[in-house]
Amino acid sequence: MRGWLAGAGLLGGLLLLNGLFAGALLPGVAMPPYLLQVLCLAGINITLAVSLNLINGFTGQFSIGHAGFMAIGAYSSAYFTVAFGDRLRAVFGFLPEFGRDSLVLLVALSIGAILASIAGFFVGVPSLRLRGDYLAIVTLGFGEIIRVFILNIDAVGGARGYSGIPKLANFFWIYFFAAATILVVYRIVHSSFGRTLVAIREDEIAAEAMGVHTTRAKVISFVVSSAMAGVAGGLFAHYLMYVHTNSFSFLRSFEIIIMIVIGGLGSISGSVLGAVLFIFLTEGLREFAQYRMVLFSLLLIVLMIVRPQGILGHKEFVTFLTKRRRSIGAAPGTTGTE
Amino acid sequence: MTTFLQQLVNGLSLGSIYALIALGYTMVYGVLRLINFAHGDVYMVGAYVGYFLSRRLRGGGPSFVSALLVMLGSMIACALLGILIERLAYRPVRREARLTLLITAIGVSLFIENVAQLVFGPDPKFFPSLAPRADFIVAGVRLTSEQITVIVVSFLLMLLLRFFIMKTRTGKAMRAVSFSLDAARLMGISTDWIISVTFALGSALAAAAGVLIGMQIPKIDPLMGIMYGLKAFVAAVLGGIGSIPGAVLGGLLIGTSEVMVVGYLSSTYREAIAFAILILVLILRPQGLLGRVHKEKV
Amino acid sequence: MSILQLSRVTMKFGGLCAVNELELAVVPGQLYGLIGPNGAGKTTVFNVITGVYTPTSGSIVFEGNPIAGERCGRITRRGIARTFQNIRLFGEMSVLENVKVAFDCRQATTLSTAVLRTPGHREEEARIDRESRDLLKIFKLGDLADERAKNLPYGSQRRLEIARAMATAPRLLLLDEPAAGMNPHESTQLMDLIRWIRDRFGMAILLVEHNMKVVMGICETVHVLDYGSTIAIGPPAQIQRDPKVIEAYLGGA
Repeated sequence: MRGWLAGAGLLGGLLLLNGLFAGALLPGVAMPPYLLQVLCLAGINITLAVSLNLINGFTGQFSIGHAGFMAIGAYSSAYFTVAFGDRLRAVFGFLPEFGRDSLVLLVALSIGAILASIAGFFVGVPSLRLRGDYLAIVTLGFGEIIRVFILNIDAVGGARGYSGIPKLANFFWIYFFAAATILVVYRIVHSSFGRTLVAIREDEIAAEAMGVHTTRAKVISFVVSSAMAGVAGGLFAHYLMYVHTNSFSFLRSFEIIIMIVIGGLGSISGSVLGAVLFIFLTEGLREFAQYRMVLFSLLLIVLMIVRPQGILGHKEFVTFLTKRRRSIGAAPGTTGTE
Repeated sequence: MTTFLQQLVNGLSLGSIYALIALGYTMVYGVLRLINFAHGDVYMVGAYVGYFLSRRLRGGGPSFVSALLVMLGSMIACALLGILIERLAYRPVRREARLTLLITAIGVSLFIENVAQLVFGPDPKFFPSLAPRADFIVAGVRLTSEQITVIVVSFLLMLLLRFFIMKTRTGKAMRAVSFSLDAARLMGISTDWIISVTFALGSALAAAAGVLIGMQIPKIDPLMGIMYGLKAFVAAVLGGIGSIPGAVLGGLLIGTSEVMVVGYLSSTYREAIAFAILILVLILRPQGLLGRVHKEKV
Repeated sequence: MSILQLSRVTMKFGGLCAVNELELAVVPGQLYGLIGPNGAGKTTVFNVITGVYTPTSGSIVFEGNPIAGERCGRITRRGIARTFQNIRLFGEMSVLENVKVAFDCRQATTLSTAVLRTPGHREEEARIDRESRDLLKIFKLGDLADERAKNLPYGSQRRLEIARAMATAPRLLLLDEPAAGMNPHESTQLMDLIRWIRDRFGMAILLVEHNMKVVMGICETVHVLDYGSTIAIGPPAQIQRDPKVIEAYLGGA
C-alpha cells in the first residue's frame, strides 16, 4: 500500500513540476529553456546510466556498445511517430491533445524498446560468451556497426540526420521513465535474479558450479538493459526533434560508462549521481569553451587514480543515511528485508 | 585483374600503416593487459611532430635525408611521450580493475586529443612533401613513391622490431613479462623499465606510421587518431592480441579488406568492415588468428 | 549400483595427458578419497566430472545418465556439487547471500515475478531465507550471516564453501582439499563434519586431500593417482601398506 502511495505521489510531483517548468501553472513563472533542456538531458542520462550499470556494475560484464541500442530506440521510435503518428492520432481523435501525444509517444517508445531488446539479444548471445576485454571490444564493434548501418538508411535521413520529429517528450515523461528504470533495476537487483547476477560478477565459474544458468542470466540482463537504452533513445529523439548518428558513436558509450564509474559501479544511486554530475560538469564547464574537455579528461584521470571505485562505490545513498550496519559494503544483494 | 592487383597494393600500403600502429597496441596489451586507447592519439602526435619538423627542415628541399631525420625525430619524441603517459597515468592504476584502466586510457586519449585541438588548432594541416615524388607503373598497377616508402619502411621497422624482441636481452625480458609480470619480477627483471621500453617502442612505431601517413595523405588533423587507432586495434585483435606477428598479419588483412570493400562494394561501409571482421573473429576464434588460448585454471 | 561411474576417462591438454584411462566408481553414501602426489591429476578429475572440462575420451555416468561434456551448471543441477581448491566464494556478497545463490538454482522465480514482486516471489524469497539461515546454523555460520564473505577467517570460509555447495541439494559432493591450511584441531572438526554430513544427508562424498590423517580417518575407499593413472584402490589400511603408493609419494630408493 505504501508503495502505491509513494508512486502516486511521485507521479503527481512530476506532473506538477512539468507544468511549472513549462510555464503552464503559474503565470510568468517558467524555467529558462536552457536549464530545462539540461535537466531533461540529465533525466535521459539517468535512464542510460542506470540501465548500463545493470550490466557493467551488477553483472560485471564489460559492455561499451550501449549507444547502439540507444540509436535503435531513437530511430525506430522516431520513424514510427513520423510515419504513423498522425494515423494513430486520427484513430484516437476523441482524446484530448496531450492524451494523443502521450499515446503516440508511448507506442513509439514501446517499439523502440522492443527493437532495441531484440538487438540486445542478437548482440548478447554471441558476445556474452567472451570474457572481459574481448566482450568490451565486441560490444564496441557492434555499436559501431549499428551506427554505420543506420547511417546508410535513407528513410531515416542517412547522413543528413533525421529531422521533423515532433516534440512529444517532456520533463514529465523523461523523469517518469527515469524513475521507472530505477525501480525496475532496483527490483531486479534485490531479488534472487539479482543475486545470480552479482554472483556472476564475483566469480562466474563458481556461480556456474552452484547451478546458476550464467549465460541465460547474462543475456536476460543484457536484453533488459538494451530495452531501457532504447527507451532513453526514443525520449532523446522526441525531445531534441532531430537525431544524427554522430550522437550515438562509441564516444557516447564512453560517456555513459564514465557516468557509472564516477558514481560507482554496483550502485544505483551512484549511477543517478554520476549521470547528473556528468551533465552538469559538461554544461558547467562550457564557459571554459576549449578548455572544457581538457579539464574534464584530466578530472577523469585523476579520479581513476585517486578514487577508482567512484563516489559511492558499491553502496547506495541509503546506506549512508541509515546508520544500521545492514549490508555495509556488501553488493546490492538482498538482505531479506525487501 | 589489374584492378585487383591495384587494390592489393593499396591495401598493403594502408595495411602497413595499420600494422605499425597495431604493434603498439599488441605489445602494451601483452605486458599490461591494457587496451591503450590513447595509442591512436600518439600516432596523431607523431604526424604533427613530423609536420613541424619537416617545416623546420624545409630549406634543403625534399630529400631522403630530411625524410629520415623527420621520422627519427618524431619517433624519439613519441617514444618519450609514450613513457610519460605510462609513468603518469597508467602506473598509478596498474593494479586496479580492468575497467579502471580502460577509463584511464579513455581519459588520456580525450586529453591528448583536446590539448592537440587547443595547441594545433582544429583545422587540418598539410604535410609538406619530404621525399622526391615519382610514380611507377608495373604490370598495369600504379605504385606511388609514397606507397613504396610506406611498405618498405614499415617492413624494415617490423624486421628491426622482430630482431629486437627475439635476439636482445631486453626483448627476451619483454617476452617474459608478457607471459607473467609477477614471475618476471621474481626472476629479477626490472618490470617497470621493461614496461617503459614497451611503451617507447610502440609509440615510436606509431609515430613512424604518423609520418608515413603524413607523407602519403598530406592532410592531418587532431582527431585522425580515433578511426585509425580503432581499426589498428581491431587489426591487433584479429591477429591475436599479444602476438607481434599477429599484429602485422592483422594490419595487412584489415587494410586490404577495407580497400577491397570500398573498391568493389561501397565506400559507405568502409568503417563498418573492420568491425564486422572483428566480430566474426571474436565469435569464431576469440584468440585471434595467431593468438594463444588462455585457459583459466580452476 | 554406483552413483558415479567413470569409464576409461582420459583428459589431454595438448600433448600433456593429465588423466589416463581412469576407472572410478562411487556408490551412494560412500566416502571416497582421491589422493596422489602434486600434479597427479586429482583436481583435473574433479573438473572433468563437474563439467569444467570435457574429457578427451571416456564416459562419465551419474545416476544412470551420461554427463560427459555437459555444461557445468547443468551437471550441478543434476545433483553434483563441489568446492574449490582455491576458495571461490562470492567475496563482496554476504555469507547468507552466498548460500542463497546456491539455493536459487532450484527456484521457480523468473525475472518478471521479481520485478512485479508477486506474492509467489515474496513467499519463495522468505522460504529461501529461512532455509539458508538454517543451513548456516548447521555449519556454525549463523552469526556471520551478514558478514562479507571475503572478511571471514580462513576456516570459516572453507566451511562456507561446503555449506554453499550443500545448498544445491546434491546427492554427490566433491570436496577439493577441504582441509588445506587447517591446523590439527580444525581438521579433526572437519572430519567430524564430513562424516556428519554423510550420515545426516546420505550423500556420497568424493574427497581430494593431501592431509593423510583426514583421508585415512574418514574414507572408506581410497583411490591413488600418480601422473594421471591409478596405482591403487582399496580401504585405507591396505593403501597405507601398498609399496607402489609408498614409492609414488616418497620416491624410489
